[in-house]
Amino acid sequence: MSTPRRRRTLHALAPLAAGTALSFGSAGIASAVEIEYWQYFFEARVTAMDTLIENFQEANPDITVKTNQFPYADYRTKVAAAIPAGEGPDVVQLFYGWLNDYERAGLIQPLPTESFDPAMIEAEFFPMVQTMKRDGQYMALPTAVRSLALFYNERLFDAAGIEGPPQTLEELVDIAEQLTERDGAGNLTQVGLTSGMTAQDHHWFREVLLRQFGGQPYSDDGTQVTYDSDAGRAALQWYSDLEQTLGVTESTFMDEPQAAFKAGRAGMHIDGSFRIGALEDTRGLKWGVAELPAGPDGTRSNYSSYWVNAITSKAEGEKYDAAVKFMQYITSDEAMQIWLETVGELPAKQSAALTDENRDDPIYGPFVKGLGYAQSTDFVDESAQRQLMTDMVSRIELEGQSVADSLKVAAEAEQKLLDDAFAR
Amino acid sequence: MSLYGGLPLASKRVVWAWGFLAIPIVFYTVVRFYPTANATLISFQEWNLLGSRTWTGLTNYRTLIADPVFWQVLGNTFQYLLIGTPLSLMLSFAIAYQLDKVRFMHGTIRALYFLPFMTSAVAMAWVWRWFYQPVPIGTFNNLLASFGIQQIAFLNSTTNALPAILAPAVWAGLGFQVIIFMAGLRAIPKTYYEAARIDGVSSWTIMTEITLPLLKPTIVFLVVFSSIGFLRIFDQVFNMTTNNPGGPLNSTKPLVLMIYDTAFNSFDMGYAAAQTVVLFVILLVVSLLQLRIMRERS
Repeated sequence: MSTPRRRRTLHALAPLAAGTALSFGSAGIASAVEIEYWQYFFEARVTAMDTLIENFQEANPDITVKTNQFPYADYRTKVAAAIPAGEGPDVVQLFYGWLNDYERAGLIQPLPTESFDPAMIEAEFFPMVQTMKRDGQYMALPTAVRSLALFYNERLFDAAGIEGPPQTLEELVDIAEQLTERDGAGNLTQVGLTSGMTAQDHHWFREVLLRQFGGQPYSDDGTQVTYDSDAGRAALQWYSDLEQTLGVTESTFMDEPQAAFKAGRAGMHIDGSFRIGALEDTRGLKWGVAELPAGPDGTRSNYSSYWVNAITSKAEGEKYDAAVKFMQYITSDEAMQIWLETVGELPAKQSAALTDENRDDPIYGPFVKGLGYAQSTDFVDESAQRQLMTDMVSRIELEGQSVADSLKVAAEAEQKLLDDAFAR
Repeated sequence: MSLYGGLPLASKRVVWAWGFLAIPIVFYTVVRFYPTANATLISFQEWNLLGSRTWTGLTNYRTLIADPVFWQVLGNTFQYLLIGTPLSLMLSFAIAYQLDKVRFMHGTIRALYFLPFMTSAVAMAWVWRWFYQPVPIGTFNNLLASFGIQQIAFLNSTTNALPAILAPAVWAGLGFQVIIFMAGLRAIPKTYYEAARIDGVSSWTIMTEITLPLLKPTIVFLVVFSSIGFLRIFDQVFNMTTNNPGGPLNSTKPLVLMIYDTAFNSFDMGYAAAQTVVLFVILLVVSLLQLRIMRERS
C-alpha cells in the first residue's frame, strides 16, 4: 500500500529536483532571465507543470521559470490581490470565466500576433477558445480543456444484466430505474444516477439538457437569458422528475454525487475529466466512461471549461520575451500531450486531442468526442449563477413551487446578474 | 544616546512607558483601526479588487436595503442569537449547578464538558454534517430507520437546517460557559446558604433570591460574550453547507457568510464592506444595550 504511493511521490519529485539543479546551473549565464509562474495547487497539475518547465529550461538555458502554487480556495483572492500590486507572476493561470475582469483592469497583456497568429489559433484550437479574443488579438490560451461525460459502475451494470451505457436520455432513465435500490422503509440505498446542481449538473442543465430540448441558455452575445421558454420548462421538468417523480436519484444522497459514485452506491454519475484521477485509485470500483446521452431528437451537446495562461502586465522587456517563449511552449502539442498523460485534462488543440489514439481511448475517448460539440458558458459570476440553478431546484423540491414559476424566478434573477455585470 | 542620556529620570520613565505602550498602540492602529476605517471607506465605493475604486456614495447601502436576501440573512442571524444565547445559557447553568454538587469524578465530567470547546470548529462541523446525512450514511437517520421511524431531513430543509446547525454550535460553547458559571457559583459565600437553610427557606427562593442575583456579573459577561459569538457565527454554517453555502434557499445563511460570499465569490468589495459596517453597528448596539440593561437591574 505504501510502496506505490512513495514511488509516485519520488516520481513527482524527480522533475522538481532536476528543475532546481538546472536553475542553479543557468544562474551563471550572464543573460539569465527569471520569470515567475503561478497556478493553484493540485498535485497532478504541479507535476505536469514541473515537467514542462524542465523541458522548457533545457531548450532555453538562459531562462529560468520559478513556480508558485496556492491552495485552490485562496488562489483567486491571492492572484487578485497580488497582480494589481505588481507583486505577482509574469505568467499566470486563470479560470476562463475570470478573464473579463483582468482584461478590463489592464492586468494582462495581449499575446503578440507574430507568435500567436489568430488565424492559426482559430484553425488549430477548439472553437470555444475564441471567447479569449479581444480586438483581433488573443488575451490568453489554455493548455488543456475539460468536458463532461457519463461515468458508470460496471459491476452494478453487470449485476443488473445491462449491456452498456445509455445512448439516449430515455435509456438513461430506464437504466437508472433498474439500478435504484431502496430499503424496506423506502429509503434510497443506491441511486441509479447521481444528481446535484451544486456539482456538475448546472453545466449539464445549461449547456446540454436545455439545448437537447430545443432551447438555448443565453443569447449569442451572452447578454440575455433565454431559457425561460417552452424548451426550458421541458428540460427542467425532465430534470426534476428524476428525483420528484421517478425517484431514481436524490441530490443529497451521500452528501456529494461523486462520493456516492466512488463508494459504489450509484449506477451512473456525470462529471468532468478532472475526476478521472480521483477515481483511478479507488479500490474495488470498476467503472467505465461514456459520452453524455443524446437528447430526444438525437442532439448531442457538452460543456467545456478550461484554465488559461496569460502574460501579466508586470512582464516587461526581456521578461516579456521570455514569457512569450514560455507561453508558446506550454500551448504546444508536446505540452498538451504531457498534460493529458499527467493530469488527465484534454488537449486544447484539435490536432493534439483528436488523434486516433485519444479518440479510441476507453477513458479519454468519450471526453475527447464530447469536445467536438462542447459549449462554454460565458459566466459573469460562476458561483452566483450556479447558486441560482441550485435554488431553482430547491424551490421545486422544498417549497413545492411549479417548474414554470421556479424557472421564471431563476431566469429573472440571472438576467439581473448579467445586466449588473455588463453595466459595469 | 546622548539625547536620551541627558534626560532626567522622570522623563526617562516616560520614554520607557511610551516605548512599551507604543507596541499595542501601533498594533491596534495597523491591525484594527486602519482596516476598520478603510472598510468603512470602501463601503461607499465600488471595487472588484482588480480595478480602481470608484466613489458611489450610498449606492451600496441602498442596494442592501432593497435586497430581500439581506433581510432574510439578518433574520437568520437574529435567530441564531435569540435561540442560541438563552438556550446555551440555560443549559450551561443547569449543568454547572448540578456539577457543582457532584463530587464523584468531578474533574473528569468537567473535562468532558470542556472538550468540545477545545475541538476545532471545522472538524466538529464536518462530523455533525455526517451525523445529519440521510440513509445510508447518516448516523441519526440510520438510527431512526432501524427503529422504523421515517427519516428527518436535517440539513436539506428550510425549517430544520438552522436548528440543526445551531445544535453543535451551542454544544461547542457549553464547556466554556459551564466553567465560568461554576467559578461564579463558587464565588458566592457559603454563609448566605447556611443562613437561608437555618431560616428554612425553600430551595426555589434560595435560587431566585441568592444564587441568581449574586451570579449577575457572571451572567452579564456570558450573555455579551455568547451574543457576539452567535451574531458572528460562520464556521459551523460554512462547513456544514459547503455544497450550497448558507442553504437550502439561504435558510441558514448568517450575515458573516453573506459578507464572505459577496467579497470572495462575487468580488464585490464595496457591497461586502457595507454589510460589514451593518454587522459592526449591530454588534456595537447589542453589546451596549445588554451591558446597560444588565447593569440597571443589578
